[in-house]
Amino acid sequence: MVLEFRDEGIFCPAGDFYIDPWRPVPRALITHGHADHSYPGHGRYLATQAALPVMRHRLGDIRAEDITYGEVRRIGDVDVTFFPAGHVPGSAQIRVEHRGEVWVVSGDYKTGPDALSEPWEPVACHAFVTECTFGLPIFKWLPEAELSRQLNAWWSVNAADGRFSVIGAYALGKAQRIMSMVDPGIGPILTHGAVENTNAVLREQGVILPDTVRVTKDIDLKAHAGGLVIAPPSALAGGWIRKFGPCSTGIASGWMTMRGVRRRRAADRGFVISDHADWAGLNHAVRETGASRIFVTHGYTTVFERWLRDQGFDAHTVSTEYQGEALDADADADVADAA
Amino acid sequence: MKRFARLFNELDQTTKTSRKTAALASYFREADDPDKLWTIALLSGRRPKRTVTANRLAEWGANLAGLPMWLFQESYDKVGDLAETIHLVLPDPTRASDRPLSGWIDEIRALSDVEDDAKRTAILEAWDRLGGVERFIYNKLITGGFRVGVSQKLMTRALAQATDIPETELAHRLMGNWAPGTTTFAGLVTHPDPEADLSRPYPFCLAHGIDNAPGYDPQEGPAILGDPSDWLAEWKWDGIRGQLILRDGKHYLWSRGEELMTDRFPEFARCIDFLPPGTVLDGEILAWDAEAGQPMRFAALQRRIGRKTVPKSLLKDAPAVLFAYDLLEDGGEDIRERPLRERRSRLEALLRNLPAAAPIRTSPMIPFAGWDELAEARRESRDRQAEGIMLKRLSSPFHVGRKRGDWWKWKLDPLSLDAVMVYAQAGHGRRANLYTDFTFAVWKGNELVPFTKAYSGLTDAEFRKITAWVRKNTLARFGPVRQVTPEQVFEIGFEGIQASPRHKSGVALRFPRMLRWRHDKTVQDADSHATLMRMLETYG
Repeated sequence: MVLEFRDEGIFCPAGDFYIDPWRPVPRALITHGHADHSYPGHGRYLATQAALPVMRHRLGDIRAEDITYGEVRRIGDVDVTFFPAGHVPGSAQIRVEHRGEVWVVSGDYKTGPDALSEPWEPVACHAFVTECTFGLPIFKWLPEAELSRQLNAWWSVNAADGRFSVIGAYALGKAQRIMSMVDPGIGPILTHGAVENTNAVLREQGVILPDTVRVTKDIDLKAHAGGLVIAPPSALAGGWIRKFGPCSTGIASGWMTMRGVRRRRAADRGFVISDHADWAGLNHAVRETGASRIFVTHGYTTVFERWLRDQGFDAHTVSTEYQGEALDADADADVADAA
Repeated sequence: MKRFARLFNELDQTTKTSRKTAALASYFREADDPDKLWTIALLSGRRPKRTVTANRLAEWGANLAGLPMWLFQESYDKVGDLAETIHLVLPDPTRASDRPLSGWIDEIRALSDVEDDAKRTAILEAWDRLGGVERFIYNKLITGGFRVGVSQKLMTRALAQATDIPETELAHRLMGNWAPGTTTFAGLVTHPDPEADLSRPYPFCLAHGIDNAPGYDPQEGPAILGDPSDWLAEWKWDGIRGQLILRDGKHYLWSRGEELMTDRFPEFARCIDFLPPGTVLDGEILAWDAEAGQPMRFAALQRRIGRKTVPKSLLKDAPAVLFAYDLLEDGGEDIRERPLRERRSRLEALLRNLPAAAPIRTSPMIPFAGWDELAEARRESRDRQAEGIMLKRLSSPFHVGRKRGDWWKWKLDPLSLDAVMVYAQAGHGRRANLYTDFTFAVWKGNELVPFTKAYSGLTDAEFRKITAWVRKNTLARFGPVRQVTPEQVFEIGFEGIQASPRHKSGVALRFPRMLRWRHDKTVQDADSHATLMRMLETYG
């Protein structure tokens, strides 16, 4: 086995390192900066140049090296290469080659392109370790242009009424993707502090984002009436949102596919926008790798494993602590658990 | 269907009542009459019946989507709604359609009489012509499950705005036995013939719980209502709310859910011999124990509810009477606007000389001088087979629907005990993906014996919390049901208890629900089966 599935994370014996470990280890290769893949407390970190600034921002003073996409790095007895995963800026799939046998760990990935992240590319391998957050055939993403149209239509109508449009989206990745999708000509874009902090890190590393206004205690909201407010989903549930008066609320998440989930959030609009692969994307990715062994790590693992076996793959579920696309801290976070 | 789909989206994409009303009102101004009529029908619960079985539909949907049945089933389990699941997995349509809502419904209704093959052809054709939310609506219509988050009250208000007909008048026009297949928009809404439907009931006046009254203090009881002499008090009976209509030599009996129950309660046929035509009574249908001179338990009446025809033995064992508490029509005149004081005295005059055999009684008033005295009387509720007390303002009209201020219910506290959650199951629709249906157990020696299920009473936040807990504490799975670690204690409230050979625990509860999540209690603190048996003895 080039990689082993241990209690600490995915381990490479020949290279003596872990990939996205969830317990402290001496050496960690990190696919991207989201909290369930990039934990604190490891001895050394390795991540892409574009992923590291956010990791440093979140984890503080870590001992880390960077790597560029496509660069081959020898670690112990293996060759390691990072390839774009299309999930968030800097996100990577990690290719590990040992004596001619190639394994790829997908991290989180999205096969369709967007204006923000380096586009996903298929990586040929013998064994593919893949997420399957949205591993059910009910999940189908619309093209990016159609999603932009939906967002802009919603925002324009509200802006014309002088109402704020408040949208819940992950502070890292989803929030900036939405900024890149909307038409800044409609009105000002306001951001929750958690989103704006991430914006600052990304701008610093050269990511181009539209102008945004941080929502502070003494912000003059009247001057920004009709604006688009981007905040983490949890902020929509709390008292924070009240300052915007009778606004229209939206949530951007793959989970918005299901009416039940959206209605429970009591948001006006659910935009089906995800940074993960949909059903077709997962199947496409698995086939494109040419791998015969597939390990599914998180999401609808039981279902996706059975589906892959029916298709003739040697598929297995492995237990990890990755969470996929969470809506908030409690139950909806793991609607996709291995049920 | 495009205009209706736009309305559906507008209603679906806002949680604000004012926006929903505005969307509906503009729909009622713009749409064609047949579509408007069907929209009123759909929003007042008059859905077309399911014309194809769920299994068939699932099979055809999975097939068209190219999915094995097990994978379709898994998807359905997660979505929690068949119509939505099919809508999500199907490939995009290749054609379009301009057929209006009423046209699609006509086609769906015609499908009930054809063979499966013809159904399949028609449905596949529809799936290939309807895009986006239109296809979802079609699936909801064909499965007989169409709903949208709009109350009949809100729909009536929007219709009033669009037609300039007063809302209360419209509410009345939309009541009763009409069906969209046999009437028109004009005949129902704008130019109704008052003689056309003699069975038509009046909208029911509904009460709020007094504990919801602003400023209510449990210590003070109904004292916030002011001077007791302004109020009428009567028992809140545990039966079926009913409206008995006598017109033109015929009688009709309606439930509060606007269901015609005339045939289920043949004893009221005799009323036309005792009472003049043009009489409409509001009251409670109860099973009457002539020997004890009081109503039987709800369980006795329950045996009558599910039956379309009633065997003689049951008529004898559980004879029904109407405890009348209001008079809505007297001598053919609608007197709902007259004050309750007057309606009540006319009711008493009307019923004063009825023979003892008549299945109608005046629901007695509870005499009381002060609120303390009434609180005293309330304690007797259970002995009298009542659920508590109703309070009605003597000067009030008979309102349409649930209007705050003039009618209050002052119910007894429910019976309750502390029980341990042992099984959990996910809900459907709005509750899909959340664990909301639970089985609870009490101690019998060292064993936990399940005795009831409960689905309601927790907040959304609590349901989310317990769902996360269930996922982490599953011991075993039986299909959709999860056995969980016996750790969580809930206070279960219920309105009644009766012996039941069909239940393992030997009891069946009436309206069980979760009153509180008892984080402060451990499993050992939960109640015992012996306590449950004592409750059965006392209240069963």
